[in-house]
Amino acid sequence: MKRTIEFELNGQLVSAEVGGGQTLLELLRQRFELTGVKEGCGAGECGACTVIVDGRALTACIYPAMEAEGRSVTTIEGLATAEGALHPLQSAFVEHGAVQCGFCTPGNVLSAKALLDQNPDPSEDEIRTALEGNLCRCTGYQQIIEAVKAAAGRKP
Amino acid sequence: MSELNYVGRRLPKVDARDKVTGRAVYINDLKRPGMLHGKILYSAHPHAIVKSIDVSRARALPGVRAVLTGQDIPEMPIGFLQDNRPLKKDRVRTCRDEIAAVAAVDQETAAEALELIRVEYEPLPAVFTPEEALAEGAPLIHEYDAKGKPITSNKLKLPWKLICGDVEEGRGRSRHVAQGTYRTTWINHCCLGTSGVIAEFDLDRNLTMYSITQIPYLAQNDYLAALKAMGLGRSRVRVVCQTIGGGFGSKLDTHCYEFIAILLAQATGKPVKIQFNREEEFLAQATRQPVVMEVSQGCDHNGRLAFRDVHMLLDNGGYTSWGATTPSVMMVPISSLYRVPNVRYVADCVYTNNLYAQAMRGYGNPQATFGIESNLDQLALEAGIDPVEFRLINANQGGDVTPQRFVVKTCGLPECIEKVRDGLGWPEHRKAREEGRNRDGHKVRGQGVASLIHVGGGARVYRSDGHGMIMKLDDFGQLKVFTGAVEIGQGNETVLRQVAAEAVGLCIEDVQVVSHDTDICPWDVGTHASRAAFISGNAAIQCAAELRRKIFELAAAQLEVGPDDLDLRQGMVVVARGAEAEGQRLAVTEKGESIPLSKVLRRGHFSPQGRMIIAETFYDPPNEMLDKEFKGNLSCSWAFGASGVEVEVDLQTGQVRILKYLAAHDVGRALNPMLLEGQIYGGSMMGVGMALSEEVKLERGRPVNGNFLDYKLLTAKDRVPITPIIVETDDPAGPYGAKGVGEPGCVPSAPAIANAIFDAVGVRISELPITPERVLRALREKKEDYCRIARPAC
Repeated sequence: MKRTIEFELNGQLVSAEVGGGQTLLELLRQRFELTGVKEGCGAGECGACTVIVDGRALTACIYPAMEAEGRSVTTIEGLATAEGALHPLQSAFVEHGAVQCGFCTPGNVLSAKALLDQNPDPSEDEIRTALEGNLCRCTGYQQIIEAVKAAAGRKP
Repeated sequence: MSELNYVGRRLPKVDARDKVTGRAVYINDLKRPGMLHGKILYSAHPHAIVKSIDVSRARALPGVRAVLTGQDIPEMPIGFLQDNRPLKKDRVRTCRDEIAAVAAVDQETAAEALELIRVEYEPLPAVFTPEEALAEGAPLIHEYDAKGKPITSNKLKLPWKLICGDVEEGRGRSRHVAQGTYRTTWINHCCLGTSGVIAEFDLDRNLTMYSITQIPYLAQNDYLAALKAMGLGRSRVRVVCQTIGGGFGSKLDTHCYEFIAILLAQATGKPVKIQFNREEEFLAQATRQPVVMEVSQGCDHNGRLAFRDVHMLLDNGGYTSWGATTPSVMMVPISSLYRVPNVRYVADCVYTNNLYAQAMRGYGNPQATFGIESNLDQLALEAGIDPVEFRLINANQGGDVTPQRFVVKTCGLPECIEKVRDGLGWPEHRKAREEGRNRDGHKVRGQGVASLIHVGGGARVYRSDGHGMIMKLDDFGQLKVFTGAVEIGQGNETVLRQVAAEAVGLCIEDVQVVSHDTDICPWDVGTHASRAAFISGNAAIQCAAELRRKIFELAAAQLEVGPDDLDLRQGMVVVARGAEAEGQRLAVTEKGESIPLSKVLRRGHFSPQGRMIIAETFYDPPNEMLDKEFKGNLSCSWAFGASGVEVEVDLQTGQVRILKYLAAHDVGRALNPMLLEGQIYGGSMMGVGMALSEEVKLERGRPVNGNFLDYKLLTAKDRVPITPIIVETDDPAGPYGAKGVGEPGCVPSAPAIANAIFDAVGVRISELPITPERVLRALREKKEDYCRIARPAC
């Protein structure tokens, strides 16, 4: 069963033919070559594939591609401007040492963005809760939390 | 060493921008034209004879380009003892045994083909603990060694035995002795980026490996051996590393899947990619080495250590990767953590039908330190000495030569212990504990400390511990630094760029590091042993001296001054004050005191018989390989540290919460404090995971929790309040005084936590991980003991 869907991807209207079993992760990585969306587990457990759909951070590896119909999807590629100016969260991750191997970074940045978009001044507990689903093996999370705190004080 | 411009600064990682924008290309993201996808069929049994494999239906599936079994490949032994082969032939010894592989046009077709392969097994009796494997009548896991000689026992013929002084003499004069048995388990590296590789041959049968290895040059050697076995003895190998999604030692060996990709690429004439999924990563990525260790230590009436005696049993699993060699590094803390004159250490590695183990951050040191430091607290209790005081009495000191002949030039251990003590509020806590104020209902607080020693100045585990480097200047004063080191996220490229800019005398913006390609970059033994910053930093200093010599020679001729009158600062060639008096300089420089390096370089280049400035070096640190008795100065500087932990133990649930975690590290000198803290945070957290939650659970040798729901990796919500404390001792062997720091963070975590739990509730948990179930069981047993002994009626 294939169907053509339309949705907003990083601010632009796009269409794609998708299959019933296809995940949003596969659609984004294969059809749109948005390889900033990482697959770490394929089971919605590690958060490396986090994208924002209609303002909510979710794991693209278990999200059916067809569900994206009519929605707005943001991936890590949609955050910096075309000229390369980083989103404040991205800058904060760079400046606070929140990036090591970097494989979890896009997912962590997007989970943090979804949080800050809804709650511009979160407590540390709220930040930790928002990032709970984004596993990181390198950093021990501390510098990620510091980056999100720092970015919370900056206007996008 | 005044006015440093870059060393010591909190500069962001050079690769961070690519990583936060999703631009960094990991192996998971890489495609090659015409690329096929390889998949591996693993054994259904932990130990069995493979009676037959029928791949005919898989071969007939449209889209399948090759199916290989152990019968189809040449003899190509791999692994530390050469007891493994990429695809097993007539016998499987573990559930992760690779028995067939498929290359197909896409992953789905490859997966479908695997399901069409029919294997007939004849199961054999299997053993799943070293004790079972050593029992009389146990099935032999391997019947012949790599040379074809018959094997009569599951115990590996490895020589792990270290004797320093006379342990029995030490035991005899000990006033107090403590002994215990300690166990650690299988731990997966859990790199967020799963393993993968692309193997590609060109028309001349030269091989390119798009890889994520931490050892490009050793891997190149292994691949060359494989090619020779495949009849391609004249082929060349190029290893091109991609952005690496986590290392931690998991990429220090060449693994079966890499050779399978090579075999499939040869069979199909196409590039073949093998990309693990998470389940495979838990099954077929070798783990941290599990151990059972018996430790006894004794001290005299003053609390001075008199001996340390350690016997260890290592579950080797079905084949031998680097896990079997971790006793070499376990010797470091066993012989040299604290001053202990008499040491005996014997380790036996035993084949079982379990998964096998390899290198993982600390290379055995965290396991050994768990035993030593847990036991040390027991000894302090026996001796009636405060555990912190006991450690200070025995702490190593600068100038020591340890029983294993390690030469300790600088040692910040006493300072680390003191800082941790002060940060914890140790005396206040002791007082509160005495007065029963460390308890709040069913929650009890306790504090614990543990120390570490680790290689901090490389480690001569191979005949060369060297590092090649090339520095090349272009016409615009831009420097390219070619290094054999690998960036695994730790920040080596950033730190190397800082050191190179500092040592050459350039603006950091004008320095770029080039790495990850064996065709372009000179040899390095590998990114392991916390050595990259130390070794590549020293190489940069050495190479910079040569580069500067050449620059000054060129500039001196142009400026009509002596080379010794010149300096290079922030990309400007500067004439020294003394030379100004000669009055010639003003004639050739346009802006008074200095001239841009780029101008000097262009003049040198675009002149008759012009020249360009390139320097190369090979830095091999002045350390020693261990001799036949396993003695010698393995590393030319030694890293020390101490962790102090305050926990809260819930008597009702057995939950352990960490309230304080201080991690003090003697780092020699912090080249980049921000990245250094990143290593301490990350290492400590990995150690806490090892202590409290992580275990690959095996049932009949098969992981039953191979996913992130059931394998408990700590999350952001598991708030562990880690406070890094940087102690600088300015080691004379280190680049600007620095020692290695990549691994140490995770070394003392588990014993510090176990000691804190004992301090809180009086139970000694000697098996990792310290789960709530284990704490509760220990509390129950303690209560029962108390009832039996003290109050028989209850």
